Amino acid sequence: MNIAINTSGSAYHVDSKGYFGKFGGAYIPEMLYPNVEELQENYLRIMSEPSFQQEFEALLKDYVGRPSPLYYAKRLSGKYNTNIYLKREDLNHTGAHKVNNTIGQILLAKRLGKKRIIAETGAGQHGVATATVCALMGLECVVYMGKIDIQRQAPNVARMKMLGATVVPATSGSQTLKDATNEAIRDWINNPVDTHYIIGSVVGPHPYPDMVARFQSVISEEIRLQLQEKTGNPLPDYAIACVGGGSNAAGTFFHFMDEPSVKLVAVEAAGKGVDSGFSAATTVLGSLGVIHGSKTLLMQTDDGQIVEPHSISAGLDYPGVGPVHAHLFDSKRGIVMSATDDEALAAAYELTRLEGIIPALESSHALAKLKDINFKPSDVVVVCLSGRGDKDLETYIQHLK
Amino acid sequence: MNRIDQLFAKKQHNILNIYCTAGYPQLDDTLTVLETLQASGVDMIELGMPFSDPLADGPVIQDSSTQAIKNGMKLSVLFQQLAHFRNHISVPVILMGYLNPVLQYGIENFVKKCAEVGIDGLIIPDLPMAEYEAEYKSLFEQHNLHNIFLVTPETSEARIRKIDSISKGFIYAVSSSSTTGNNKSVDLQQAYFQKLEGMQLSNPVLVGFGIRDKATFTSACEHTNGAIIGTAFVQAIAQPGELSEKITSFVQNVRPIPQQA
Ligand SMILES: Cc1ncc(COP(=O)(O)O)c(C=O)c1O
Repeated sequence: MNIAINTSGSAYHVDSKGYFGKFGGAYIPEMLYPNVEELQENYLRIMSEPSFQQEFEALLKDYVGRPSPLYYAKRLSGKYNTNIYLKREDLNHTGAHKVNNTIGQILLAKRLGKKRIIAETGAGQHGVATATVCALMGLECVVYMGKIDIQRQAPNVARMKMLGATVVPATSGSQTLKDATNEAIRDWINNPVDTHYIIGSVVGPHPYPDMVARFQSVISEEIRLQLQEKTGNPLPDYAIACVGGGSNAAGTFFHFMDEPSVKLVAVEAAGKGVDSGFSAATTVLGSLGVIHGSKTLLMQTDDGQIVEPHSISAGLDYPGVGPVHAHLFDSKRGIVMSATDDEALAAAYELTRLEGIIPALESSHALAKLKDINFKPSDVVVVCLSGRGDKDLETYIQHLK
Repeated sequence: MNRIDQLFAKKQHNILNIYCTAGYPQLDDTLTVLETLQASGVDMIELGMPFSDPLADGPVIQDSSTQAIKNGMKLSVLFQQLAHFRNHISVPVILMGYLNPVLQYGIENFVKKCAEVGIDGLIIPDLPMAEYEAEYKSLFEQHNLHNIFLVTPETSEARIRKIDSISKGFIYAVSSSSTTGNNKSVDLQQAYFQKLEGMQLSNPVLVGFGIRDKATFTSACEHTNGAIIGTAFVQAIAQPGELSEKITSFVQNVRPIPQQA
């Protein structure tokens, strides 16, 4: 394992100014400038220090349980008449890919001398992963979470509290992930010296989209090695992942971006249908703008107010998308699809009944597109199973017919 | 000459700048607010262009923005309201707002429209300095619009100098590292204001964030050219009562006798 540091020369990775094509940058008020500048100037240096890499790798191995298995899903493959491998991020400690990033960022925060950690969370997975590493390192932890999400992800709220975090409800706007992110940013403005903000996805001002992608890149690094071992070829034909802000997808795509034979499929949440008015399908419904400090595609009115999205899955309920995904879409390197609430639920039941794995609602969006892609029997398809479904049981049970 | 420069040419102390969200409390209150503030002796006015996700603002200004958007406020409506305001309002007026709505309107159209109706300056806190300098500075200057930058207690001296060198009008000194509407003590920030004073910047300095009454206004003015009141004013006009009376009495409480230069 190794954190990807050298990406220069790639058309799809970040450029020296913090942009992915025309997307990205750091559109922040002056109050955030010293904090963001400190990160911009230090993140690559710190991440490439041997002592940092050693500590990161040791924790990923012994604490998170990496490498996560690449599982050949035989019955699912049979159903779609192709070869489907599941990247088992659901088996990580805390139950999702989010912990790869929080381990990386807490080690960075410690090296920057920070004493207090803040985070936003949607499904609560990132909040739990942040509260977990804060407990591990003995740092104070404050997690902002939309009031609606606090209700629909109750088990994760309880976990965060048990881990010692303070969970602060975001009561403005749609009371979901976007608003929790606003509140976390406001907290950071008010605490400019001792606090590090652990953003949970490839969103926010530069360097966050790149930094988070690098911490998550371990996903595709392992996939390459595991595929080589299992199939004799490190490259799949398809890499498929769900996209909220896009961190599990960025990690899944990272080491395949410059491999044109690998089709990169990002699956967004269509909610009740792309054109229903209740959707979070950002690339289809969005246009160029600025959200949370980043220039990217976002859902907005024609006078530039950000639109409140809808998804059954709290982790995908976000009106923007990470700049790397906006660029993959814009440059046509990536393929963007979307799955409705109902399709995701059906896919969750399908995986559970065929393979005995209960997936997170977010990951179920990626699984839901297996039926819509015309695979060849010889294709090798990797789906990122970004998290496990324990937190979604109540929703699943409600829909059990 | 730009009205901001005209103001500072004849008056350098105790400048009172009041912020209000456009289209608040009611959609059509914008002009009443401008007129009454001018009649109360306010030196400069900052009009907020409401945005759904105002990152630098606390709950009061955020709620006023949400209400203004609900009232139907948007840039096209604001420019209609402001079409003839220069017939009877002569104080400098600055538009403050976030980048996204301006981008959707089109920056070039926006700047032209501002110049056409008689806006003097802009505060767009999330427009990066480097991008402004590279892409928009000449456009703004061509239309005689001053772009106002923020500095905070955490801003390095080198960056303050850089900001000063590309600023026109004045520099907006955020009183403490916070969102708008904080109650952090302004007195504690005197060392920072003194530092700014000692730097002998080429632009005047106005202090904002946390200025809410006569005491904080007076304190902020000690080492600077004046101050900006936002949250406290928005709160005051949200109270029950007749709008212009609320405005007049708020300003009277902050600065009893309108000062003449
Ligand atoms: C299991 C799981 N998958 C995916 C996501 C979406 O985030 P991202 O798009 O950053 O991977 C979340 C977010 O909470 C999640 O918990």
